[in-house]
Amino acid sequence: MLEIKNLHVQAGNHEILKGVDLKVNVGEVHSIMGPNGSGKSTLAQVLAGRETYRVTEGEVLYDGKNLLEMAPEERACEGVFMAFQYPVEIPGVGSAQFLKAALNAIRKRRGLEELDAMEFLTLVKQKIKSLGVDEKLLHRSVNEGFSGGEKKRNEIFQMALLEPRLCIMDETDSGLDIDALKIVANGVNALRTPERAIVVITHYQRLLNYVVPDYVHVLLDGRIVKSGGKELALELEEKGYAWVEEEARAAAQA
Amino acid sequence: MSKATDTIGELVSQDYKWGFVTEIEQDIAPPGLNEDIIRLISGKKEEPEWLLEWRLKAYRYWLTIKEPTWHNVHYSPIDYQSVSYYAAPKKKLESLDEVDPELLKTYAKLGIPLEEQKMLTGVAVDAVFDSVSVATTYKGKLAELGIIFCSFSEAAQQHPELVRRYLGSVVPYTDNFFATLNSAVFTDGSFVYVPKGVRCPMELSTYFRINAESTGQFERTLIIADEGAYVSYLEGCTAPMRDENQLHAAVVELITHDNATIKYSTIQNWYPGDKDGKGGIFNFVTKRGKCLGRNSHISWTQVETGSAITWKYPSCILIGDNSVGEFYSVALTNNYQQADTGTKMTHIGKNTRSTIVSKGISAGHGQNTYRGGVKILKSATGARNYTQCDSLLIGDKCGAHTFPYIEVKNPTARMEHEACTSKIGDDQIFYCNQRGITKEDAVNLIVNGFCKEVFRELPMEFAVEAQKLLGISLEGSVG
Repeated sequence: MLEIKNLHVQAGNHEILKGVDLKVNVGEVHSIMGPNGSGKSTLAQVLAGRETYRVTEGEVLYDGKNLLEMAPEERACEGVFMAFQYPVEIPGVGSAQFLKAALNAIRKRRGLEELDAMEFLTLVKQKIKSLGVDEKLLHRSVNEGFSGGEKKRNEIFQMALLEPRLCIMDETDSGLDIDALKIVANGVNALRTPERAIVVITHYQRLLNYVVPDYVHVLLDGRIVKSGGKELALELEEKGYAWVEEEARAAAQA
Repeated sequence: MSKATDTIGELVSQDYKWGFVTEIEQDIAPPGLNEDIIRLISGKKEEPEWLLEWRLKAYRYWLTIKEPTWHNVHYSPIDYQSVSYYAAPKKKLESLDEVDPELLKTYAKLGIPLEEQKMLTGVAVDAVFDSVSVATTYKGKLAELGIIFCSFSEAAQQHPELVRRYLGSVVPYTDNFFATLNSAVFTDGSFVYVPKGVRCPMELSTYFRINAESTGQFERTLIIADEGAYVSYLEGCTAPMRDENQLHAAVVELITHDNATIKYSTIQNWYPGDKDGKGGIFNFVTKRGKCLGRNSHISWTQVETGSAITWKYPSCILIGDNSVGEFYSVALTNNYQQADTGTKMTHIGKNTRSTIVSKGISAGHGQNTYRGGVKILKSATGARNYTQCDSLLIGDKCGAHTFPYIEVKNPTARMEHEACTSKIGDDQIFYCNQRGITKEDAVNLIVNGFCKEVFRELPMEFAVEAQKLLGISLEGSVG
């Protein structure tokens, strides 16, 4: 479903990703871990289409199509969803109105009828209830005045509503207390289906106790230096990243 | 940043969508301003002698005063002698059937076919084409209730006592340079009188349209709501594309007696000039309402998206005890448009209240100024004012300015003032994009969200139109 080949990315003149290779099949959950500054969030942003980054080499295929050629909103309509690490506030724009615009843009692209206000409200209320998120959120401006936890839950709620095929979660667990973490994890697990792939980017292993990945990759200094199963996450939690760095350095010298 | 600004640039660079000139034979006075021209205008309108005298007094006063320079708008000097002060369709018309089909086509292009409006919208329309009203609908129905809704010229002939009593009672001919000019040369406009205890059952609406090259537009509108009366009046404009700057100096006067309400809503979409700032209407407008009676209420709502220059301060003089003045405004400047707009609330009566909500949107090289004056006089015990003026910037070449003046002479007054400036951020647009929403739609969402407190004051159909208009006016402004 997603194939990243030798991806090099610069921000300004600084190279952040230095040849990332990653293959994600439909139905799989991958976790990308790594210390601060290793390029995790950059990878997520590039996949979502953020224009501040420049791809200098390599390619990204999504369902065999060149993802990098698509505008961010096209990617969204094709089923790529990114849960933001820092969801932005949009004062004055009601959440319900925002979600209706998003959902209808995506439905239109998929050749489905756009929903009218009544149909939309019925759907949205049902989704929000199933996630245990407060319905009042719909009447507030997008993310405005939301606590950190509310913002993250809102991202998961949007993900559930928009039904993407590829979910990229950019440090969704950061800043969450244990209860909020569980709510987020339950939301993600509910979306875990054979038709969907999920990429969980995280700094800590904590979230992976609840969302158990099929594969774990370590991103270090712009490259994926180690991949493994879910037990790799536990190992990293226990030993930190230093030993992976050592290994990578040794491998590079050999 | 640069990428988003580029896209903003593309959106703003769209052509004015309603630029077309209707070819109708016009009766145009030669350029220039003198007493003969004023006599000509008054004569063409078959006005009573006192009105001519009033015009002449205004003209003579105008000769002694200077154009103001305190505003925050810049333009090359206007040559008042090169402007033609009168243009009218040649024949006078009694009904729609007599209207030139070319004119009806113009209205159709604007999406306001009169016949359909009659049937579909229930809106009575006094359509002003250039300077003379050519069609008035629904008159009969309104007449049954004793409501007078006609062109100003007609009112001067049919209801001279009302016109004479109220004309200049809110905006005297000595008021300001542009209002004085208007008093001398105004050609037409609307007149509304709602008698005691009558609630006008429909929105009254006038569409103005500048059509003749180099013809200044000098509208004069007078609306009176007698005791306990209610009326909602809509004013909307679009104008055809042209190169030359056109002068527009309108005056609107509103009067409410005891327990009366006037709601005045405007959508202003005169030709703003092209993307390089060439051409466009100069719009110098004096709008003021007088809450004469106790518990009376005047509410101004405006959506200003057009004109190269907008100079306009719809104001309220709150004389009657417990009277209420409101001003809700959205002003948008794109490309090289300049707007200096706001309001003046003068509290004289006891327990008078005023609310000001101003939303300025600047894009492209647009410059947007809010200028507000709140005055609480000694007599205004228990007065209250709430002011909120917000600015939204799109791109990094535009500007927003605010000049709020507050003068309080009574210690019991309660004043609140809030202001904020925000910018549509790339991260906000990216967030919308990531949810499938295009850049254009994202900007529309954000701009409409920013304006919603004002839009909800507009009558429903006007609100829909206003939203569309903002979208069109911002096209090319955001990426």
